[in-house]
Amino acid sequence: MSVTTLTINGRLVSAAEGASILDVAREHDIHIPTLCHLDGLSEHGACRLCLVEVAGSSKLQAACMTKAVEGMVVTTDSERLRTYRRQIVELLLAERNHVCSVCVANRACELQDLAVSMGLHHVRYEPQAPQLAMDASHPRWIIDHNRCVLCTRCVRVCDEIEGAHTWDVMGRGRQTLVISDMNEPWGDSASCTSCGKCVRVCPTGALFEKGAVATNKDPHFVTYLRMAREQKLWNR
Amino acid sequence: MKMLDAAMKRHRHQPDSLIEILHTAQELFGYLDVQCLKYVGHALKVPPSRVYGVATFYNIFSLKPRGAHTCVVCLGTACYVKGTAAILAAIERDQHVEVGGTTPDGQVSLVTARCLGACGLAPALVLDNEIHGAMTPETALARIKAWTDHDRG
Repeated sequence: MSVTTLTINGRLVSAAEGASILDVAREHDIHIPTLCHLDGLSEHGACRLCLVEVAGSSKLQAACMTKAVEGMVVTTDSERLRTYRRQIVELLLAERNHVCSVCVANRACELQDLAVSMGLHHVRYEPQAPQLAMDASHPRWIIDHNRCVLCTRCVRVCDEIEGAHTWDVMGRGRQTLVISDMNEPWGDSASCTSCGKCVRVCPTGALFEKGAVATNKDPHFVTYLRMAREQKLWNR
Repeated sequence: MKMLDAAMKRHRHQPDSLIEILHTAQELFGYLDVQCLKYVGHALKVPPSRVYGVATFYNIFSLKPRGAHTCVVCLGTACYVKGTAAILAAIERDQHVEVGGTTPDGQVSLVTARCLGACGLAPALVLDNEIHGAMTPETALARIKAWTDHDRG
């Protein structure tokens, strides 16, 4: 396997062929904030938080979607990037309804963690607060679209790990919504296997367990499942 | 249904022919109802949620029956600057119809487009697949009245 050499934040690092900038950075303990990325799932490039500067290009590149190339010079942290990332989190917070104090995922929320890590204490934009309907038709879980950031982790885990593809995304722009089957109530979904993977990978309080005050989200099972499948751990 | 089956067969039931097949279905039935979407999804082996997502993503697909006539108002930059917002408001008020809806008598459907690519004609409308440029609220309403007067007798 050939090895690529590139520079990240002035450090010379080596990468396996085909690795993304994000993979390489993680491998070398260089922190890049992410939201839609989840180890074990395909990349989606929706949140734009992992934007990095690549020398020779005026455009910012999403680290999760950009392959590491020989001789590439990457900057993962700068005043410009911090400004953009902060703005992205503010826009996410303003887009729907993210009032942490009354959210089931309070203190177990990746969006909240991102805001805290950026020292965000108020949002400059007017909250859109679109008053979307909640779906509590499933016997065990609820989907609250008002807390959804459209990262599509639920869609990807359902398709790639569970193999049911119950979830997908409908509409576009402000009307975008995560739906189950033919935009039916989740409880009526014929394809849903009630495995609960979507609830565990959701970074916010959009998917949560009924009766749960604080959900303990632990999405790391995805890497384990993928690894076990690839190495055929369960095949005798 | 037979023609839909034939179209799917022509594409050898490839999942990536979904958009093509939805076009055919809409041409055949005028709109896409949930039963039709389920049928297509099942035949092409595409999950129902993906089919629904695609059908709602593209403006050209309609999940509700369209009226006898369709009026597309362009809200692209050039048309907007030239005043399509006023035209749209006038049609909504005069015909008692909202964007994406159809008049109660099923005569006129009102939809908007991001840009028709006919900016030189701004403000532009598409009335039953025919493009009309340099419209004003008055001329637009007159055109729609011509349809309805003719059909409503």
